[in-house]
Parts: sequence; structure tokens; C-alpha cells
Amino acid sequence: MPDDARRIAETAARVSYGRLLAGLVAWSRDIAGAEDALSEAFIAALTTWQERGVPADPDAWLLTAARNRIRNSYRHQGVRDDAAREIERRHEALSRPSPEPVPDERLKLLFVCAHPAIDPAIRTPLMLQTVLGLDAVRIGSAFLVAPPTMGQRLVRAKAKIRDAGLRFTVPTGEDLPERLGDVLNAVYAAFGTGWDTQPGAATGAQDLTAEALYLGRLLVDLMPEEPEPRGLLALMLYCEARRNARRDPAGRFVPLNRQDPSQWSRDMIVEAEGLLTSACRSGQFGRFQSEAAIQSVHVQRPVTGRTHHAALKVLYDLLATHAPGIGTLTSRAAAVLDAGDPDRAMTLLDDIMSPGTESYQPYWVTRAHTLLALQRPDDARSALQTAIGLTEDEAVRLYLIETGRTWPDPS
Amino acid sequence: MQYILLFTEPETEFARRNDPEHAGEYWGGWNAYIGALAQAGVIVNGDGLQPPHMATTVRVRDGRRMVQDGPFADTKEQLGGYFVIEVPDLDTALEWAARSPSASCGSVEVRPVLPPMTAPTT
Repeated sequence: MPDDARRIAETAARVSYGRLLAGLVAWSRDIAGAEDALSEAFIAALTTWQERGVPADPDAWLLTAARNRIRNSYRHQGVRDDAAREIERRHEALSRPSPEPVPDERLKLLFVCAHPAIDPAIRTPLMLQTVLGLDAVRIGSAFLVAPPTMGQRLVRAKAKIRDAGLRFTVPTGEDLPERLGDVLNAVYAAFGTGWDTQPGAATGAQDLTAEALYLGRLLVDLMPEEPEPRGLLALMLYCEARRNARRDPAGRFVPLNRQDPSQWSRDMIVEAEGLLTSACRSGQFGRFQSEAAIQSVHVQRPVTGRTHHAALKVLYDLLATHAPGIGTLTSRAAAVLDAGDPDRAMTLLDDIMSPGTESYQPYWVTRAHTLLALQRPDDARSALQTAIGLTEDEAVRLYLIETGRTWPDPS
Repeated sequence: MQYILLFTEPETEFARRNDPEHAGEYWGGWNAYIGALAQAGVIVNGDGLQPPHMATTVRVRDGRRMVQDGPFADTKEQLGGYFVIEVPDLDTALEWAARSPSASCGSVEVRPVLPPMTAPTT
């Protein structure tokens, strides 16, 4: 029985953490205070539930316990100013017994974490900590930041949300597309921490792809009418489906066009296709839908036996018009090169040359291949050297060095 | 909550204040903006300021008073005025900041005002 209580408390902690925290923050506006109160409530639950049995509604029990702690802490500090009185008033209103279940406020929490007044670099960590309950050690290791530093940044961001009075709502009307874009970018950034991690690597396994997929699914559930969350989830699933195919059994890097499709996850691809199809019914353009559609074209290769270059060109042109980042523009040039037009690819690459491309590895890989196709092997080799120098992933570096060996000797 | 909106403008914008060709447009923009703030009933207080070259900066170091002609920092954008407004949240304050003429040519810093100090209760 005691073990049972412990198990139920732990399950509640995992499943309900974000919901409970969002519910508390919705009326206190104080994330750090709500986190402290909630963790104290979980500790209290472990002892109380073991002694007196598990309550009928564990979430409601935890919420009440946490609310009482927040109220006590305000009393302890002394209710001095209007803000504290206002919180007290809201609390009284909310603590009356209510037959309604606790509303899910996690969407508001996601939007406040990705608020434009919050530093973009801390938005993803903030979401991971508040909605999923990850600690600063885990988040810091995924973002290559020392845990104490990550902890301080999180504390500062939470203080800003509370003290600068950020609005805790889901934006509507013309604000929504941009604000939703910020939320989706922050979720995608969590996914990005895992993309460069070698599969099966012993030490680099601290990536956050599972967490990003969880947040992606949550957004689809909470905003079923919006197409872009579906686009993002589809994009992440297409990429995740190919995770294991990116290395051969010896750990060597395998580029997309040489991957063995039998290594791709069929289930994830099917789910991604379904999401993308339902997203496109809205008829609204979106960056993530376009990126997912590009992935969809790539996974058709094993079915049709070839890559549909014309479709890729249309999609990249669309994406380049609406979201012209260097990643998109570089990929577009690569698609043009693959379609057999190195002259046009070179023009595109020259057009986007900027301080941002100087240290952008994919740009130099694409440039090297384009120069080779234009029969300029010396320039190609020099661009490839730059690409190799910018590569972080050991397997990719070895692959690029190997690629260079197959090229014609310098004249 | 109370927020201060600090309006900063580039040199060119200050110059328009007394330029016969542009002064009407400049002051017209500000008057309309301040009128909208007043109509919404959000103004706690606020003023426009004389141009940066009228500023004098004072520092006291090691008991010595140092007075310097000009604003505290030589930057491209300088403080041109401020308003303290009473609105429910930062998002509303940012909406008001974005409507000001200086948001389009300079910038607006928005900061929550510290609540009044209270005497220790112990």
C-alpha cells in the first residue's frame, strides 16, 4: 500500500505537473512561487497519502495543497500591497468548492514562456521546465550551458514574467499567427538539440527530441483548429522517423539520398502524412507545413523510385518567399543543384552570401558540390575544406573528408 | 500596474521640432498620440523634454562634484520624453508604446514602475 501511494504520487507528478503548475500560475502569475508550492505539495502527498490513503481526485488534492501553501506564504510575507490583496481575492474566489474540473491552462503557459518580452534563448528552457518539469541540470546539458547558469537565466525569466506583468492569455486575432510562430519555434528549438546528436551515442544522449514531440502533440491537442502545430509535429516526426538511418552499422554518416528506407519508421511517417494532410485542409500557408511538405516529398523516394525535383522547387520557392532564413535559402540552392541546374544554384548561393553564411556549415557543403558540378574542382575543394572546418559532428566530418577523396585531383 | 514609457528619438527627429517644414507634422503626431492616451484614461503623468543638448549631467566621485555638458551617454538615440501609464499588463503597455511616433523612428523602453516603498512591518 505505501508503495502504491508512492507510485500514484509519482505518476501524478509526471502526468499532471504542467497542468497543475499552469493552473496555479493562472491566478498567482508567479511561476517560481507556484513551483515551490507544488513541489512542497508533492512531498506532503507522499507522506499523507501513505498514512491516510490516496484521495479520490489526486490532482485536486495537490492543487488545493499547493494553493494553501501559496496563500500561507503571502500571509507570511504580510499582505501589504494591492497586488497581494488582489491575489488573495482571486484565491478566495477559486478556493470555493467548484464542481468543474480544473481547466487546462497549459496553452497560456506556453504562450507566456514564448512571449516577445522574454529572451528568445530562454523560451525553450522555460517551456521545458514549466510544462514538463525538467530541471536546470537536464536542460543545461542539452543546451550546453552550465546548470547554475541555466538556473539563473530561468530564475530571471520567471521574475520578469511576474514583476513586469506579462499577460497570461492565448493571443487572438491578428496577434495570433506571430505569437504562435514564437511558440512553435521554441518547441522546434528543443527538437533541434537532438538533431545533431549521434544516435546511440553514450554521452550525447541528453537531447530533448522526445520532449519536443510531447510539446508538439500537446499543441495539436490544445489548438485543434490551427494548421501550423500539425505542420510542426509532422515535420518533427518525418525527421525523427529517419533518425536511425542517418548512420550505418559502423557509425558512419549516411546522407538522405543514400539512406536505406527500410530503416525509416513507417509508423511515424504515416502519422506525419496524416497530420500534414489535415493541416493543408485549412488552406493557410505556414512555414512548418511547407517544411513538412518538403520532407514528405523526400519520403516518397522509395515509393516512386525518384525524387520529385519539380515539387521540391515549388515548395522551396514558396518557403523562401515567406520565411527566407539562411537555412531555407541554402536548402533551396541544394534542391536546384540536385535538379540539375548548377548555374542557377551558384547564383542563388552568391546572392545569399553574408556574414551569416560564413560559419554556416550546410552553406559550404552546398557550395562545394555546386562548384564541383560547375567543373571548378579547386574552388570546390577549398569550399569543402571550409565545410569540414565548420563541422561539429565527427561522423559528418569523416564523411566529408571521404567525399573529398573521391573528387578529381587538383589541377 | 504602472509602466513608464521612455521615448528615445534620433537627432534628425529632434531637428524636426523647430523645422518650419516638418514641425507641424512632428507635433501633430505627438498631440494625437497624447490625446489618445488621455482619452483612454491611462496617463498617470508624463512630459516631453527639451532637446539633449540642453542636458547637463552630474556625478559625484570621491566627494567631488563633476558637471558635464550634455546627456549621460553619447548615443544615437536620446531621451525625448516619458509617460507613466496605468494599464493591466505589459502587453497593453507595449501596445501603447508601439503607437507612439518615436516607436517608428527611434525606440520606446517600457519598464514597470516600482511599487511605493512601505515601512517595515516588524
